[in-house]
Amino acid sequence: MKAPPFAYIKARTLAEVLQLLATHGDGARLLAGGQSLLATLNLRLSSPEVLIDITRVPGLSGIKVADGKISIGALTTHAEVERSPEIAQALPMLSLAAPHIAHVAIRNVGTFGGSIALADPAAEWPACCVALGAEFVIAGKIGSRRVKARDFFQGLYTTDLKPTEVLTAIEIPIPAREYRGTFLELARRRGDFAIVGVAAMAKNTRGTLSDVRLAYLGVGQMPMLAQKAMAAVEGKRLSADVVASAAQALAADLDPSGDIYSAPATKLHLARVLTGRALAALNA
Amino acid sequence: MNAKRMDQTVETKLIVNGAAVMRRIPARQHLIDFLREELGLTGSHVGCEHGVCGACTVRVDGKIVRGCLMLAVQADGKRIDTIEGLSDSGEIAALQEAFHRRNALQCGFCTPGMLMAAQDIVANHPGATREQIRGHLSGNYCRCTGYHAIVDAVESVLNAKISKPV
Repeated sequence: MKAPPFAYIKARTLAEVLQLLATHGDGARLLAGGQSLLATLNLRLSSPEVLIDITRVPGLSGIKVADGKISIGALTTHAEVERSPEIAQALPMLSLAAPHIAHVAIRNVGTFGGSIALADPAAEWPACCVALGAEFVIAGKIGSRRVKARDFFQGLYTTDLKPTEVLTAIEIPIPAREYRGTFLELARRRGDFAIVGVAAMAKNTRGTLSDVRLAYLGVGQMPMLAQKAMAAVEGKRLSADVVASAAQALAADLDPSGDIYSAPATKLHLARVLTGRALAALNA
Repeated sequence: MNAKRMDQTVETKLIVNGAAVMRRIPARQHLIDFLREELGLTGSHVGCEHGVCGACTVRVDGKIVRGCLMLAVQADGKRIDTIEGLSDSGEIAALQEAFHRRNALQCGFCTPGMLMAAQDIVANHPGATREQIRGHLSGNYCRCTGYHAIVDAVESVLNAKISKPV
């Protein structure tokens, strides 16, 4: 199908974007990579009056390392994150997650910030950001504010972002040397939406895991932090018993709905399988 | 908001297969419809129109993209390469020959997009394994071949490049 008619404005500055959002309100949509937006327009699931193209706004792209943090500009593409040596060094979880995002031609255009703002429950970056303790930098008319990833995601495609605001950057603290991180995902075909995935990290002090974080995608309305499974591993040395208790606890953390391919019990089972693999990777 | 800024058509300049093009384009028109219907470049195909099938793969500023997931007006100031450009320049001659020799197509609908994605492997990942070739082509659907012959064709081009002294 073809998109319905809309107007198109190429914004030059962030101030102009904020002004346009204030003027058009809900009738406007921001166009960044457009890899989800244009699909929904072509399917006529969405019919905005005006698209505000923000891709030429300066200062919203690129990866910077400073003050113990990595800052990823909202317009940075998935492919740029995938290829970044700074990311591979400091946040290997993101390098492992990137190849699971759709396909090369989509990763070349789709943006990190777009994925966060859309908050698809099966998307990779939101779960990674929750696990990594990321903070999002959000610009509005009265200045900018910061929101922790864990507070940002509120439900199905629902976030703390207001219609008059723009997500400008994602800031992620660089974990200390003893931290390990990994990302695992199961899909029916490479590039498909996740059946289930997990973004995992922990401090590994000579085999004892602490500050354990397990964030799941594809098994809830938003990225799901598995508090009870995390508690089952916290402060422990990894053993078959510890893995089993984490897998057991996961039933209290996750209540996945089924889809046309996977029943809820299948999803929970696969989440447990990934949990075992992820914990083994954090222990390595 | 002045009326001119709210236009549903936009003056757009782009370079298509090396030639400068300037048109007033409806904002809602995606790049592939523009290339096919305004410029007559019908080599790129329109399949699913929501980013799944890969039949519309073209290059924008040297990178493969989904032509159905980019508005033509977003290509303002950019360089577009289509299958016609790659074929005429000889850039994909080895791949075309290998696809022909290995029977890596049947109906041909996916082939232009498949060749664009395959050339991205040849140019940027010359050491790719069969598994990596499959991964790279995973965004391009083929309903005829079962993919095996396509992977064979791409692999044979990579192998020929490696064995050829530079």
